[in-house]
Amino acid sequence: MTLCGHQIFSFDNLCLTSKKTIQKVDIAYETWGRLDNQKSNAILITHAFSGDSHAAKNEGNKQDGWWEKMIGSGRAFDTDKYFIICSNVLGGCAGSTGPSSINPKSNKPYGLTFPVITLGDIVHAQKKLIDSLGIKKLLCVAGGSMGAMQSLQWAVMYPESIASAIVISAAMKHSPQQIAFNEVGRQSIMADPDWNDGNYYGSKEPEVGLAIARMIGHITYMSDKSMEQKFSRRLKENKFSFDFGGKPDFEVEGYLHYKGNSFVKRFDANSYLYITKAMDYFEVCAEDFCLQKNPKLKFLTIAFGSDWLYPPYQSQDIARQLKLKGYDASYCELKSTYGHDSFLLEIDIQAKLIKGFLNPLKK
Amino acid sequence: MKNKIEQLAYKTIASIIFDGAKVLDLGCGAGDLLDYLCTHKNINGQGLDISQDAISNCIQKGLSVFHSDIENGLDAYPDQSFDFVILFNSLQEIKNVDSIIEQCFRIGKKLIVGVPNFGQLHSRLKLLFGYSPVTKHLPYTWFNSPNIRFLTIKDFYVYCAMRRYKILDAFFFALDKPVNFLPNLFAYTSVFVISK
Repeated sequence: MTLCGHQIFSFDNLCLTSKKTIQKVDIAYETWGRLDNQKSNAILITHAFSGDSHAAKNEGNKQDGWWEKMIGSGRAFDTDKYFIICSNVLGGCAGSTGPSSINPKSNKPYGLTFPVITLGDIVHAQKKLIDSLGIKKLLCVAGGSMGAMQSLQWAVMYPESIASAIVISAAMKHSPQQIAFNEVGRQSIMADPDWNDGNYYGSKEPEVGLAIARMIGHITYMSDKSMEQKFSRRLKENKFSFDFGGKPDFEVEGYLHYKGNSFVKRFDANSYLYITKAMDYFEVCAEDFCLQKNPKLKFLTIAFGSDWLYPPYQSQDIARQLKLKGYDASYCELKSTYGHDSFLLEIDIQAKLIKGFLNPLKK
Repeated sequence: MKNKIEQLAYKTIASIIFDGAKVLDLGCGAGDLLDYLCTHKNINGQGLDISQDAISNCIQKGLSVFHSDIENGLDAYPDQSFDFVILFNSLQEIKNVDSIIEQCFRIGKKLIVGVPNFGQLHSRLKLLFGYSPVTKHLPYTWFNSPNIRFLTIKDFYVYCAMRRYKILDAFFFALDKPVNFLPNLFAYTSVFVISK
């Protein structure tokens, strides 16, 4: 919402999984590097739940992006070799059409009249963007967490349009535990009186509910070890307050409050509902992949040992299912203490793997 | 490649494998053998290893690999999807030898097994003088050895006969050359090609 520097690709009439249609669709996107003459060096980066198109700094936006150290000259996604694209997901709130956008029928923000979307719809919109750029085949679709689910969705829906997919810290479907955490977040938002059935645009936003949802999310992104290392039982004021409602006693409480409060400034509560729902609906199985359509499609799957939100066995199973289908699918579990956040933080080792994986693809 | 005996074994394995074969290397380490076979035999190769460093090295080389222990990783491979499954210096570290070998025959047509020979003269002398064998090619001591199976060349023949596996070919190596005279006494390591 505060972001700028992205470009907008607009199109009409996106038919959704739910059979509904969105009349006017905007997709915000940013690019890095140069598209070669054959248009054969394009890589689509897909962002995680709360991300946006600003994966790294560029001319339009000099602020660090969410995968800053992965994109650039000599980095994992080397802008000297590749043309990198990242778009804000459909349903998001950083330039792409979502529940906070104006409904052309009513001239008011959609709110809950925005149709429920799936990751399939999100990928469908991305495909239209890629088509509009004249790119017939992406060298790779790469992402972590919800971004990785989009990579898998690409491989299911448009196998002929990608040469490879990088799938980091994800699963082939949301487990009951993952759905449960999302549901607690949604209920927190909807229990905030300011949410007002989704009609809060122009008035007070459900900041408390959204902040609590984000706090829960952040707990699931860390590991007990990383929390111990980061906060232990350290106190903010060196003594207990023997009080509620005032300043937090523990550093970990202060951190969660800070993360919650900064999140509400940049994220729309209804987008939270729609995107978490899309993740929960996500499920691909081996039968959904059609090897004949692109037998050369390659996969790289990466997981992190301390990630308990998307445990490594789920990533290993992605590779296992793909291999059983006959695909070339590599899997590596990396040691890290950062939990689910590892895919954003463990840059060096991921960069080495990704470079090695992408290198043979680019002739 | 680390040493002469390994070079020799790699060369031998390359001579067994035909051009463009589909090959799975179980316990592939950093991918040296796969790399060698890709270069010399243009194989369609895949690897499996339990070590993160090994797997990440392989991916950096552009190899297709699966991070898992052998025991739990073989269910990721379709039936008869490889011409050769290689167990090079892995078998002596495996717990469920029988079921692993059976699984290998489910996945691949032929099995190439490279195992160190614990019956080599130096090992025998060590034992004769009352010490467990530590030699140039069995460098581990009892407290740090990854090896849990201690077999000789003769043992492997007996095993294959018991399980009715056909030994299609066998190669034995001393330090820097093949040995064919009393291999169970003079060879440090062996490479067998077996089928069902």
